[in-house]
Amino acid sequence: MTTAYRHLDLSHVGDVTVVRFRDNKIIEDINIQELGQELFRLVEADGRERLLLDFSSVDFLSSAALGKLITLDKKMKAHGGTLKLSNIRPEIYEVFAITKLNRLFDIRKDEAEALAAF
Amino acid sequence: MPTSEEKWTWQCDRKIPSNAAVGRRLLDEVLRRLEDLHWNRHDIFGVHLAVDEALVNAIAHGNGSDASKHVQFSCRISPRKIRVEITDEGSGFDPDALPDPTTPDRLECPSGRGVMLMRAFMSRVEFQERGNHVVLEKSRSS
Repeated sequence: MTTAYRHLDLSHVGDVTVVRFRDNKIIEDINIQELGQELFRLVEADGRERLLLDFSSVDFLSSAALGKLITLDKKMKAHGGTLKLSNIRPEIYEVFAITKLNRLFDIRKDEAEALAAF
Repeated sequence: MPTSEEKWTWQCDRKIPSNAAVGRRLLDEVLRRLEDLHWNRHDIFGVHLAVDEALVNAIAHGNGSDASKHVQFSCRISPRKIRVEITDEGSGFDPDALPDPTTPDRLECPSGRGVMLMRAFMSRVEFQERGNHVVLEKSRSS
């Protein structure tokens, strides 16, 4: 069953759900709230256990968006799932590094490397 | 004052409502100026991130998104530097009392990183008055 997602595009590689973001700037509060709900739905309603977030289309995100990713990570762990991130552009990776969130998340260079690491 | 000799070539002073969309339109205008001056991508990203976080702090935390309260936004751009000053009508806060969001016990907190990111991406960040006025400066890197 396909449920409409306003902010996400989903594809599947084996048992991994690859999530791409439709917004290239994850910044507006309303969009971040909706994005969070859609991400959480993947885990809580759809029961997806392996998620790869592909950031190749994302040029910018605010710290509020980081908060949603942290909450998603918690939910994934609570459900025994695995979350990986890939294709993060250097400026955004710098945000993860400054905040030390690169230690919390499993961040891989590209989709192939991330898929191989599941 | 080390910045008093700066020759500003563009400036704006606006009083905006406590509305994030209005603040972002203003920020977009500033970023377009930097693009026109061929600032590099990393510098523009840093200004974008820091000023956005400061605007969110002023509108949401300082003014509590109260439509009757305003934010004063001032920007100066010279060939080598940008300075942004943002003032809200809130009661302010003590930036030195903010907990370090990178400690193991706080790493998984979903909020509390905005000021740290402002300081990381800008050359100078100073909170003045009672903490409801922030000055952000960035020197062009190339």
